[in-house]
Amino acid sequence: MSGKEYRTITDVKGPLVFLNKTEPVSYGEIVQLMLSDGSIKNGQVLDTSDDQVIVQVFEGTASVDRQTGVKFLGDVFKLPVSKGLIGRILDGAGRPRDGGPDIVADDMADIIGAAINPYSRQSPESFIQTGISAIDACTSLVRGQKLPIFSASGLPHNDIALQIARQAKLVGSDDDFVVVFCAMGITAEEYNFFVHDLERTGALENSALFVNLADDPAVERLITPRLALTAAEYLAFEHDYHVLVIYTDMTNYCESLRQIGAAREEVPGRRGYPGYMYTDLAMLYERAGLVKGKKGSITQFPILTMPGDDITHPIPDLSGYITEGQIVISRELHQKGIYPPINVLPSLSRLMNAGIGDGKTREDHKSVSDQLYAAYAQGKELRGLVAIVGEDALNERDLQLLKFADIFEHQFLRQSRDEDRSISEGTLDLAWDLLSNIDTKYLVRLDQKWIDKYHPNEKSGKEEE
Amino acid sequence: MSNENGLIYRISGPVVTAVGISPRMYEVVRVGDEGLMGEVIELHGDQSVIQVYEETSGISPGEPVIRTGQTLSVQLGPGLLTQIYDGIQRPLPKLEETMGVFITRGVDADGLDLEREWEFNATVKKGDEVSSGHVIGTVQETETIEHRVMVPPNVSGKVKSIKSGTFNIKETVCVLEDGSEIAMMQEWPVRHPRPFVQKYAPDVPLITGQRILDFLFPLAKGGTAGIPGPFGSGKTVTQQQLAKWSDAQIVVYIGCGERGNEMTEVLDEFPHLIDPNTNKPLMNRTVMIANTSNMPVAAREASVYTGITIAEYFRDMGYNVALMADSTSRWAEAMREISSRLEEMPGEEGYPAYLSSRLAEFYERAGRVQTLAGSDGSVSVIGAVSPPGGDISEPVSQGTLRIVKVFWGLDAGLARQRHFPAINWLNSYSLYPQALDQWYRDNIAPDFPEVRTEISTLLQIESELQEIVQLVGSDALPIDQQLTLEVARMIREFFLQQNAFHDVDTFSDLDLQYHMAKAILTFQEEAKKAIAGGGQLEDVVNVPARTDLMRGRFEKGYAERISDLVSEMSKQIDASMEAN
Ligand SMILES: Nc1ncnc2c1ncn2[C@@H]1O[C@H](COP(=O)(O)OP(=O)(O)O)[C@@H](O)[C@H]1O
Ligand SMILES: [Mg+2]
Repeated sequence: MSGKEYRTITDVKGPLVFLNKTEPVSYGEIVQLMLSDGSIKNGQVLDTSDDQVIVQVFEGTASVDRQTGVKFLGDVFKLPVSKGLIGRILDGAGRPRDGGPDIVADDMADIIGAAINPYSRQSPESFIQTGISAIDACTSLVRGQKLPIFSASGLPHNDIALQIARQAKLVGSDDDFVVVFCAMGITAEEYNFFVHDLERTGALENSALFVNLADDPAVERLITPRLALTAAEYLAFEHDYHVLVIYTDMTNYCESLRQIGAAREEVPGRRGYPGYMYTDLAMLYERAGLVKGKKGSITQFPILTMPGDDITHPIPDLSGYITEGQIVISRELHQKGIYPPINVLPSLSRLMNAGIGDGKTREDHKSVSDQLYAAYAQGKELRGLVAIVGEDALNERDLQLLKFADIFEHQFLRQSRDEDRSISEGTLDLAWDLLSNIDTKYLVRLDQKWIDKYHPNEKSGKEEE
Repeated sequence: MSNENGLIYRISGPVVTAVGISPRMYEVVRVGDEGLMGEVIELHGDQSVIQVYEETSGISPGEPVIRTGQTLSVQLGPGLLTQIYDGIQRPLPKLEETMGVFITRGVDADGLDLEREWEFNATVKKGDEVSSGHVIGTVQETETIEHRVMVPPNVSGKVKSIKSGTFNIKETVCVLEDGSEIAMMQEWPVRHPRPFVQKYAPDVPLITGQRILDFLFPLAKGGTAGIPGPFGSGKTVTQQQLAKWSDAQIVVYIGCGERGNEMTEVLDEFPHLIDPNTNKPLMNRTVMIANTSNMPVAAREASVYTGITIAEYFRDMGYNVALMADSTSRWAEAMREISSRLEEMPGEEGYPAYLSSRLAEFYERAGRVQTLAGSDGSVSVIGAVSPPGGDISEPVSQGTLRIVKVFWGLDAGLARQRHFPAINWLNSYSLYPQALDQWYRDNIAPDFPEVRTEISTLLQIESELQEIVQLVGSDALPIDQQLTLEVARMIREFFLQQNAFHDVDTFSDLDLQYHMAKAILTFQEEAKKAIAGGGQLEDVVNVPARTDLMRGRFEKGYAERISDLVSEMSKQIDASMEAN
């Protein structure tokens, strides 16, 4: 029922258009604006009443005037979905960007997405091996988790995300991941980097891309991730795919959110971001998971750059309150030339306990992870002390821990961009090797039975040489 | 009057304005062609402002709005336990049945199963005088919990007839002389506290099995506690530990605007966990409310009221109830979001000016009371707070701290060191110890309060010494102070740290806690003697029996072994001195 065209615009403010109208318009309805030069812009109803309708225009309001025609399309925003999305590149509003044909829809899916009934969820507990030791050992990822990368400008978060996308696998399963990639306001250069890498490894055929770049309309970014997640849900829950959603950069998304809030003259929350940003972000992040009776899954890797490297900034802060942990990239490690510069101390995987251990990774995983963490944390703290009092003031234990911190960074964290370490031989055995630089009596987090079994110097019937 | 119809005038997110009706404040109305449930929250000239508990997209001005004459209420009766509800008491399993795994809208569901039949045992007889709140019969609701059927509010008189037998919850089981009919189910408006005779000062601890909580910062049955902390510091794990191990008879757990998977975890885990007090699955005593972050905000706002009303109902039966709300900040944010849609004058950080009074009213519904039936019941309330950036100078934290009597301050630094529970022992507090000390003396050990004081003093001294160590290193301290540091380290690593995910360590009863604390003080005493007698600190600290004592807490049967382990440690320390 593509309805009547109105020419009743009264005000235009930032990305918002205000108009009077004659017939009822529904909340959330999609809108087309017909400009005098023949071009068309798209929008969505943000507020509706008998007297006034407020429309948010995705492509921005440049060239909109009082003569612009406005059509209400009688429906909320929907994405045509089908398996044919795989292998396609779409723009930030869901139109083909790869020169290919339109998607032949099997269904039209509402992009807002309904909440998963908490009673219908299934707990995520299948370990995903990323081949990156820092992640696999210390912040293990499981299928169905939402685990963001907290980074900052100039850091190699894209390399890490791509390495995860390339290497991620379930140990002992051939199920492959389908990647849904969602770009929000990133530069063309960053985008090309992603696309080339996906192409190089052949992953592109197994991916669906939704792309809004830095010079694309800012307000459109508010729908791009919703399109991507709608596609992900369709593939996961209608076609049993395991979907890995990478979206970047959440910071640009939040800026767009702030822009709309300001244009509506809303009372701002912290640092000018809207008070409902938590809820808005949750409507994206919570679209990860597993549900009863469906084989597929959605695992999310949102990437965000922390303004001013500040983890208490509202964007990382509100994200961290919703996601199931975070992987924090450190400028300090990056400057030391360590890749991947993952700071395991503020990093966390909340679902780790469910995904590791006997029968999943290895029986000693939890102990090893705790011990690595504790030793590195203490070693790192001692660096501060040494800077003041010098190494002479340290006792034997402290000296060993201090040295361990360096070993950990240079040998455990550091690996190359195509190095795919297996959890058992690659990561956990390496951890034992490195921990053997510390006297066993100081390794208080390790159970004796694991020491007996895995410690290179104590292993019963030492089989090395 | 109550089926008067109006029309939608405006829609802005979860807030809808209607014209053509004049409902009462907080009346429930049906909005739009789909009849979505909403609640009137403001009257403004001829406009009624409504918060809608379901998604509003696709709804248009001009659609109908219908009054119901009811205020937002919950159904109370057998069938609450083991259930999981959304914020407005719709059972989530029921929603799954009708909608599938995604929550769509426009579906109503009763809070209680109206068909199910229960075995009702009358406990009063014809001719007895009863009035509201009095128990007239019981139902074995779960394996462990007896549901006490009470006379509903504003009803009283002489029993004309009453029958035991099998009934559904709407059938009349009792008739009074004046003709009033009583069924097992009653309803109560969630925004009104349920009545009681009087409040008592709490004087019995709520035992949680969490050492730092029970020993240093105890909560009383009927008390209030706030747990503020940045993300990842342990709010949810702490709340879940309380839901699992605290010695309340009924637990109401509200997941308010938080993660879906956390509720799934509770649902998966609780049926398999055994309550140490009853030896039956914990699920038997639990009611859950899950209105996760992505579910409608208006229903999130309502969820805490739904939860506390259910808690009060069980309190009125004479039970000790514990309610956890994770997180009250999300509730406050829901208020903020609605308030801003109403274009109300904002207070601090955009929160409505009534934020602190709402918080106070909520926590005020906690307490130990004499019920209308004359028995003793309590509701303890534990609220998680999620301050932005972990900075508790913000309005929700401050509003909460002004009211609650216990502050468990989670600390990002401790969490980063994986010191769990990451409760900061230097700034946390409880105002209950004085009221509870007599109970400890009578039930645990006569010197319990003194032992606690010694432990907390040691931690205090440690923090002062640490400042010096930061400047000069620990080797520069005199030997007795070095020993104090070792003792304090033992308190932290052996006593305060407690691994929620370890089968054994997850719970320690108060007796064991006391013995562990005493073990530390024994170590201190023995070590002092040894050093005075010429022993080396290094040797004393490293006696193998001390390691055994400390590691032993992860093994089953520790409570029986601890005194042997302590004497062995003392023996070895003694010997280490003679070796010199
Ligand atoms: N008592 C505890 N024992 C062991 N680990 C804990 C404990 N408390 C918290 N943790 C760890 O900290 C993580 C975050 O805790 P959580 O309660 O989810 O934090 P919050 O709710 O404050 O964001 C958990 O996933 C767990 O790894
Ligand atoms: Mg939490």
